[in-house]
Amino acid sequence: MLEIRNLHAAIDGKEILKGINLTVNKGEVHAIMGPNGSGKSTLAKVLAGHPGYEVTAGEVLYEGRNLLEMAPDERARDGVFMAFQYPIEVPGVSNAQFLRLAYNEKQKHLGSEELDPLEFKDLLKERAKVVEMDASFMTRSVNEGFSGGEKKRNEILQMAVLEPKLAILDETDSGLDIDALRVVAGGVNQLQGAENAIIVVTHYQRLLNYIVPDFVHVLADGRIAREGGKELALELEEKGYDWIKAQMQEIGSTTVRAN
Amino acid sequence: MATEVVKRENKYQQAFEALKARKPSAAWIELLRDSAMDRFESLGFPTVAEEEWKYTNLAELSRLHFNLATANKGVEYKSAQFSFPETADNQIVLVNGTFRHDLSTTEKLAGVVVLDLFEAISDARYGKVVREYLARNANYHDRGLTALNTAFLESGVFVLVPRNIEMESPLQITFVADSPAGHTANFPRVLLVAEENSSVKLVERFVSGRQPTFTNAVVEIVLLDGARLKHDRLQQEGSEAFHIATTAAELGQGSSYNSTAINLGAKLARHDVSVVMNHEGAECWVDGLYVVGSNQHSDTHSVIDHKQPYCNSHQLYKGILDGNGRAVFNGKIFVREGAQKTDAMQTNKNLLLSPQARVDTKPQLEIYADDVKCAHGAAVGQIDQEELFYLATRGIDPDLGKSLLTYGFAEEVIGKIGVESIRAQLDQAVLNQIHAELGPQASSPAGMSDML
Repeated sequence: MLEIRNLHAAIDGKEILKGINLTVNKGEVHAIMGPNGSGKSTLAKVLAGHPGYEVTAGEVLYEGRNLLEMAPDERARDGVFMAFQYPIEVPGVSNAQFLRLAYNEKQKHLGSEELDPLEFKDLLKERAKVVEMDASFMTRSVNEGFSGGEKKRNEILQMAVLEPKLAILDETDSGLDIDALRVVAGGVNQLQGAENAIIVVTHYQRLLNYIVPDFVHVLADGRIAREGGKELALELEEKGYDWIKAQMQEIGSTTVRAN
Repeated sequence: MATEVVKRENKYQQAFEALKARKPSAAWIELLRDSAMDRFESLGFPTVAEEEWKYTNLAELSRLHFNLATANKGVEYKSAQFSFPETADNQIVLVNGTFRHDLSTTEKLAGVVVLDLFEAISDARYGKVVREYLARNANYHDRGLTALNTAFLESGVFVLVPRNIEMESPLQITFVADSPAGHTANFPRVLLVAEENSSVKLVERFVSGRQPTFTNAVVEIVLLDGARLKHDRLQQEGSEAFHIATTAAELGQGSSYNSTAINLGAKLARHDVSVVMNHEGAECWVDGLYVVGSNQHSDTHSVIDHKQPYCNSHQLYKGILDGNGRAVFNGKIFVREGAQKTDAMQTNKNLLLSPQARVDTKPQLEIYADDVKCAHGAAVGQIDQEELFYLATRGIDPDLGKSLLTYGFAEEVIGKIGVESIRAQLDQAVLNQIHAELGPQASSPAGMSDML
């Protein structure tokens, strides 16, 4: 589904990603971990198409197409979704209006049926159960006055409505208490299936107790420093990121593949 | 220079002489009009040399020759097109300032008195009320344009909401400016008096035809103790219109005035709104939205005067500017000596959709009391790129995203309008105008011209 080859990216002339290679197949859950400044959020934003980042080398294939040539909204309509670390507030636009617009834009693109407000209300009611959100959220402005936890739940609600093929969750666990974390992770798990894939970007291992990854990739200084299964996350939790950094210094820049 | 001034004002002098020949029923009206014309002759049109007119240039308006418009009797207007479902039973239509009974409907007034202002002047019951309040709050002594309106008093609307009357359905006054035969000027006048503990909703709607028109309207509002008024104002004149308007309100003890003014139309629009809080415990909301496209200029000057303690005022004005559109917001709040426990809040926010658009904003607070809570602020910004990116990641392309964010920006003010179907129509009108991008040149706001 997604193939990243030797991806280099920079912001304001400063290189952040220095040659990322990553393959994601349908039905897989990948975790991208790494210390602050390692480039993991940059990778998420480059995949979503943030205009502030410049891809300086490499390529990204999404379902065989050149993802980097697609505009961000085109990527979204074709099934790429990013849950933001800091979701944006959209005053004056209700959650229901916003979600219906996004949903219908995608339906239009796919040549599928668009829904009127009443039909959409039913769909929304159904999907809102995934993140245990009540109806009052639908009439409120998008993310305006939402708590940190409510914003993250709203991101997963959007994911539930848009049903992406590839979802990238950027630090979705940051700022969540344990109850909100359980709800958010539970929502993601309900949405994960054999036909889609999820990339979970996180600093901490705790989210991975709830969303269990098939693969863990550890970034350091813009490169994948180590890869493995879910045990790698636990090992990291125990030994800390200094362990990875120390290894990087020993072996230079080549990726270490665990077991 | 002096000769030049006299010569220029002769354009209206001739029409004024013709007006004088039609004797009004009350001598005091004649005196008032003469005195107002006298003031206009001294003051003339304001110029950019005056601080209050620094950013709004009336040179073209003062140079052009406008004939005094007639009521276009015999011209059938489809008045039902001007009203909204909620106001269909109660709509007064003024054509070029003249009360057209044949176009007006007053079915559900619930005891509220609505008369042609000139009929009210000679009415045994209401003449005294008119005399007491007319020209009391709209100062013509040092405002040339208000003087010009006052000099041409010959019709208009008088609304009296008797004590304790609560009128459920809103009352709409539609101001049609239409001059099929070329440039004309019209001077509509409204006096609304809401007596003690009454409650009323007023909708004002300004529309105009395709020809150049000069509307110079004055609306005076008097709220007696405990009266409540929800006032929605829609300015949707055509792309050749000059729109000058004054709203002057006086608030009694414990009264409440809630105004939402939407400015979409006209080539040049200037709205002066003043609220004087003469008695304790009054509260006002003075909100508005101006949307300007290319070749449009919109100026709002507002004065909220806290003269007595325990009064609250809230003000939110927003502006959306596209093309080479220009806007001005000047908001003054006075807190007079002794007006303790005043709570005044004023905000002006502007969204520039084009690099050629320009807004001059000046919120001002003058406080002469020491136990008050006051805040004000102004902001000018553009569409936020991070917000657009967020919408893009949900499949919403940048053009649609821009419209959505602009709609959201406007919605905060539109949502304050008291009549539901007006809110819905305005949402659509704002979206249309944003999509048209070029302002009224390309398409008249809300297609008003097509109604005439």
